[in-house]
Amino acid sequence: MSQTFRRPEGGRIKRNKPVAFRFDGRALTGYEGDTLASALLANGVHLVGRSFKYHRPRGILTAGAEEPNALVTVSRDAARSTPNLRATQVEIYEGMTAESQNRWPSLAFDASAVNDLLSPIFVSGFYYKTFMWPAKFWTSVYEPRIRAAAGLGKAPELPDPDRYQSRFAHCDVLVIGAGPAGLAAALAAMESGARVILCDEQAEMGGSLLSDPDVTIEGQSGRQWSTDVIMALALSDRVTCLTRTTAFGYFADNFVALAERITDHMATPPASSPRERLWQVRAKQVVIATGALERPLVFPENDRPGILFADAARTYLNRYGVMAGRKTVVATACDSAYLAALDLHRAGVEVPAILDIRREGGALTAAARAAGIRVETGATVTGTRGRLRVASVEFGHVQADGSVRHDAVLPCDSLLMSGGWTPTLHMFSQSRGKLRYEEVTGRYLPGRSAEHERSAGACNGTMALGAVLDEGYAAGENAARAAGLATRGTKTFAVAGATTPDGQVLGALPHDRNPGRVKAFVDFQHDVTAKDIKLAVREGFRSIEHVKRYTTTGMATDQGKTSNMNALAIAAGALDKPIPAVGLTTFRMPYTPTTFGIFANTSRGDLFDPVRRTSTHDWAAAAGAEFENVGMWKRAWYFPRQGESMHAAVDRECRTVRAAVGIFDASTLGKIEVVGPDAAEFMHRIYVNPFLKLEVGRCRYGIMCRDDGFVYDDGVVGRIAADRFHVTTTTGGAPRVLSHMEDYLQTEWTDLKVWLTSTTEQWAVIAVQGPKAREAIAPLIEGIDLSKAAMPHMSVRMGTILGVPCRLFRMSFTGELGFEINVPAAYGKAIWEAVHARVVALGGCPYGTEAMHVLRAEKGYIIVGQDTDGTVTPDEAGVGWAVGKSKPDFVGKRGLARADLLKPGRTQLVGLATVDPKVVLEEGAQITPDADPAPRTHAIGHVTSAYHSAVLGRSIALAMVERGRSRLGETLHVPMPGGAIAVTVVDPVFYDKEGGRLDP
Amino acid sequence: MLLITCPICGPRPEIEFRNMGEAHIARPTPEGTSDDDMAAFLYLRSNPKGLIAERWRHVHGCARFFNAVRHTVTDKFVTVYEVGAPKPDLAALAADLAADLAAREAGR
Ligand SMILES: [Zn+2]
Repeated sequence: MSQTFRRPEGGRIKRNKPVAFRFDGRALTGYEGDTLASALLANGVHLVGRSFKYHRPRGILTAGAEEPNALVTVSRDAARSTPNLRATQVEIYEGMTAESQNRWPSLAFDASAVNDLLSPIFVSGFYYKTFMWPAKFWTSVYEPRIRAAAGLGKAPELPDPDRYQSRFAHCDVLVIGAGPAGLAAALAAMESGARVILCDEQAEMGGSLLSDPDVTIEGQSGRQWSTDVIMALALSDRVTCLTRTTAFGYFADNFVALAERITDHMATPPASSPRERLWQVRAKQVVIATGALERPLVFPENDRPGILFADAARTYLNRYGVMAGRKTVVATACDSAYLAALDLHRAGVEVPAILDIRREGGALTAAARAAGIRVETGATVTGTRGRLRVASVEFGHVQADGSVRHDAVLPCDSLLMSGGWTPTLHMFSQSRGKLRYEEVTGRYLPGRSAEHERSAGACNGTMALGAVLDEGYAAGENAARAAGLATRGTKTFAVAGATTPDGQVLGALPHDRNPGRVKAFVDFQHDVTAKDIKLAVREGFRSIEHVKRYTTTGMATDQGKTSNMNALAIAAGALDKPIPAVGLTTFRMPYTPTTFGIFANTSRGDLFDPVRRTSTHDWAAAAGAEFENVGMWKRAWYFPRQGESMHAAVDRECRTVRAAVGIFDASTLGKIEVVGPDAAEFMHRIYVNPFLKLEVGRCRYGIMCRDDGFVYDDGVVGRIAADRFHVTTTTGGAPRVLSHMEDYLQTEWTDLKVWLTSTTEQWAVIAVQGPKAREAIAPLIEGIDLSKAAMPHMSVRMGTILGVPCRLFRMSFTGELGFEINVPAAYGKAIWEAVHARVVALGGCPYGTEAMHVLRAEKGYIIVGQDTDGTVTPDEAGVGWAVGKSKPDFVGKRGLARADLLKPGRTQLVGLATVDPKVVLEEGAQITPDADPAPRTHAIGHVTSAYHSAVLGRSIALAMVERGRSRLGETLHVPMPGGAIAVTVVDPVFYDKEGGRLDP
Repeated sequence: MLLITCPICGPRPEIEFRNMGEAHIARPTPEGTSDDDMAAFLYLRSNPKGLIAERWRHVHGCARFFNAVRHTVTDKFVTVYEVGAPKPDLAALAADLAADLAAREAGR
């Protein structure tokens, strides 16, 4: 059996290019140009899935993006497996492997179909009502089973091997949708000389014209007209035509996101090509031409395979040469289904009857009868039969009192339905435009705009082809004019052979069955029936947003494209309110499911975040350093020797610094050059410290607060010249400190003449610390007298090192004699290597950030952001001495004087010595007065830093403790899961309290 | 993504900017400011539904601070102006917006 439902001719598929593919392991063939859905239908396959809740057999319902049933997983290999694709949008390629979802063990026999028999218990809010007790069963029993049973395909567990790209684009006019309205709009915009982007989600542009054999435009067939227009657009160098490209998100100020699928339709994607491309388009003007979607009729058992939308069947016939069946009943409330019936009839398909719910029939009723088709008006489907595919249709006539009298059974193998058309408002609504409800036609339409866009064609409620083209052209012209281009005016298209799809019905249809026992589906993907929605209203839900969440209607991956209007009408009926009084749920992006890949794009792996490396990075890596991430920086953490543990390496590095000398890369410190005639005044105001009298060549440890008085950052500042300061900040604080400074400079002290420049990346900083630091650098430095008298502690000098200009700071973050050599970053590695050789010759070694932390903690030097947390004043952090109390103002002065900050009982920095010297406390651990505090007693502080100190031979810790400085000698406790740890409160300076080692 | 007009650089995408909080909140002098006034300066903001005058910074552009009036419901920027310029009459701007909206409604 091969493509027995394919007509011998017709359609736009390439019959000379057969394509072999597999569906659920079964080998099938189709043609190039087929979607998976059209190829399956050509092979007589309607059953493609099981429904979400009841596991009912489901077939292909639509021919487009709105498909709720035919969800498949397409796999190229273990890593390239995409679930939840709509078979109606998937193009087949040679060798494609597709699988149906949500069935076990097979489509034809699904063990969970018993849910359908149990359906009386699967009512609205079923999960909420049933799985309430016992609570622990939810996570251990219910949820895993529900999730396993209600699968929507499986995401692959391997990393995505494909590449995704991103492109920013600007245009005068973006046209979304390339059906008749969109093509006319793009044509008008192009003729005005506008830069145009035209996108369409399908493989081929043309929209409804591709499946309409009857219409002529300007004397040509509709298909030929569209082909010519597409050619003209494609040849214009001002127009970008994008097929397989879904506009999925409309953001503020005409920023529209497009997902272009580049290789998914290819049998062998070229390795050079990305799989998808994200287009981020900023359009001056937008034309929305997204068309309309057909709606199902809500009658009992409207969900069997073989039941599909009438216009979808027409598309399969005319575009793909595929018949949905051989004996096709048509049920409709809209004229467009007659077109499908007439085309099928002409193609030799038996059409037993058209059942038109409208009492008077429609515009084509007479034509259908003239063609020999039985038409029953005022008739509706009351039920269907057939196990895995529809086999017969029951119908009856609607009586004057609204009841239905059963008439007959019509055997068939397919049933088409049309409830009318819903304008596709997603893009307009996402743009925050206001919808309006048109009472006469029972439709929501675009109302007031929020962005520079206009809708044209069916998405704007215009259904007649001639009017669609005229409106599309006018929209394109209007958009070009609004974008500032000269235009030629509007245009009228001569159209013949078009039928306007008039007529519709909303909500559930009447029937003669027991309403408690039948299922008439509204939301096919989430298995929500008319009954469920009525029940939700009976249970007290009034807002459509609540009805939606309680019944889950419209919450599936199709976002209710085919179901929302029917659900709304049913809810409105049950509430006895007009539709607009019940409201419409929100349209959210993305329009159709969009891959995570396109969002992650190139931001993965090494490119997820920028990595900042210092100039000695490669040297440190070669030296065997382990690195730690500090913000975006990679910093050398410690330098283990062969077989050395981290603990041993850090101990050795600390001892070496204290005994001889160590070399440390401090380049990541933030650096800001503060320059200008008012530079000193600016520093004086922005820091808590006094700066006016700092001599040129001297340094000061600066503390910066916010106006609330809390410590914001710290760092050593050197005065390079009367009008120039070299400011250092914490590694993580550099950007915010610069922003903080700029804020006051630009908005508060506009009188000051100061220029701020970030120089973090410009200087490499090599710290040389230890008793032999001077000896280490002396032979390399030129032009600076390093003697104690000439270059005291906390001074800065300009000179050269190995001929390279440098700013040499004498300062210490270890408590030892120390220097920090600043050289232009490009020389960083060379100078490092030279200094390192000297250090090693003197028995020293390089040390990393871990040793740096231990060494500074031994001295009680704080790290802002570790020992402080944004609620700590300078005094509380133990650096109150830095505050220039006589200054009339500085940032934080008034904040520090607030009564609440002066109250006793606030925390203060102290040292903690564990009673057991081997125990190292956990940073962040709470501190209590009692070893076993009563429940709900509060902690009096927390541990901020804790290390093992090799030099002291014991653990050390810093902590913020309430009234800490008055507790020296007190025993406190650090409760931990294994029991409380007893600690003694001590001075935060553990090593060299007198400071003699700083200035030997 | 919003298009924000920097008074210096012109229209640029939102990601180049940083919101720096409400504008026209004067920094008190240390002398003669009560604790309550200081708390208001540090912590109290108007948070309106409607127009608000804000500080913005074109941080990934010219790096300049400027002020802007933005509608907190629609996110639309109504006007931008330089630091130091007087606060626009928000009520008058809101009335202009309402009149414009009414005109567009009538024009439909
Ligand atoms: Zn700017």
